[in-house]
Amino acid sequence: MSQLIDFFLLGFLLATAAAVVRLRSLFAAAMLFGLYSLLSAALFVVLDAVDVAFTEAAVGAGISTILMLGTLALTGAKHEAVVPRRPASLLAVAAVGALLIYATFDMPHFGDPDAPAHAHVAPRYIERSPVEIGIPNMVTSVLASYRGYDTLGEVTVIFTAGVGVLSLLGGRRRRPNDASS
Amino acid sequence: MLRVVAKFIVPLILLFALYVQFHGELGPGGGFQAGVIFGAAFILYALVFGVDTARRVAPPTLIRNLAAVGVLLYALVGVVAMLMGGNYLDYGVLSDDPLAGQHLGIIVIELGVGITVAAVMIALFYAFAGYTPEPADETDTERAP
Repeated sequence: MSQLIDFFLLGFLLATAAAVVRLRSLFAAAMLFGLYSLLSAALFVVLDAVDVAFTEAAVGAGISTILMLGTLALTGAKHEAVVPRRPASLLAVAAVGALLIYATFDMPHFGDPDAPAHAHVAPRYIERSPVEIGIPNMVTSVLASYRGYDTLGEVTVIFTAGVGVLSLLGGRRRRPNDASS
Repeated sequence: MLRVVAKFIVPLILLFALYVQFHGELGPGGGFQAGVIFGAAFILYALVFGVDTARRVAPPTLIRNLAAVGVLLYALVGVVAMLMGGNYLDYGVLSDDPLAGQHLGIIVIELGVGITVAAVMIALFYAFAGYTPEPADETDTERAP
């Protein structure tokens, strides 16, 4: 049953991706990107990664779409140049794609207990988290306590990215321009 | 009609954001998601009632400062832990009971994450919504005299 849902969601993902590539209207493409994120979130739910799904749905489908639409409002929503189809580029893309698919054969299967991700610190977290941290959501205990330093780095990245965008777009420049025009 | 629905829905989204924020250690969620949801509620408000109204509710200067406050709050928890004799970001020393200390530390740092994420999202939206693309040299000639 879960496999059936997987196939449906992956099929929709493929269809959305194909539609994004073919579409000329960038507004529609931005909305489809949101749909793509929502489908990915649904796939994460199927994989029992609800925290990741939550983030994907809120950030990928929500805020990113709004920011993309905001960008389009500033830049215009039409594809200008029509890129001609070149067999060489198609070949390169197909070759890289085939390589990537080939590489997935080396990856551990879903839920494999011997996978490297499950062999190092994960068993210790699962064993000790209820005793050491004592909160029911183990994802939060890893994210906020065991790896609190990484999360501090992530928050700093968000802050720095915000500062970067604000310094590019300029939070204050609007007022003097408005007054002059 | 849109305004009525927005007025009804925005408080609910804000409430849900707070629930996700402070329920993060019990169920799925946490500071990142809560911050984004909080920011989204605010963006909805700004879209329906106008960016200038939203600017009056939450001035851009306040939002920019809040973005820094969140990161500082997070980093300060680490410093406090060090002052109380533990390692940086080791919340166990924050209270007499290590588990209570962990709980307290996680709630505070998640709050820091939530504040920064929400503030950055709102600041980004302000920047996009308020930006009027104009040639760069025009501003230069304005400043010259």
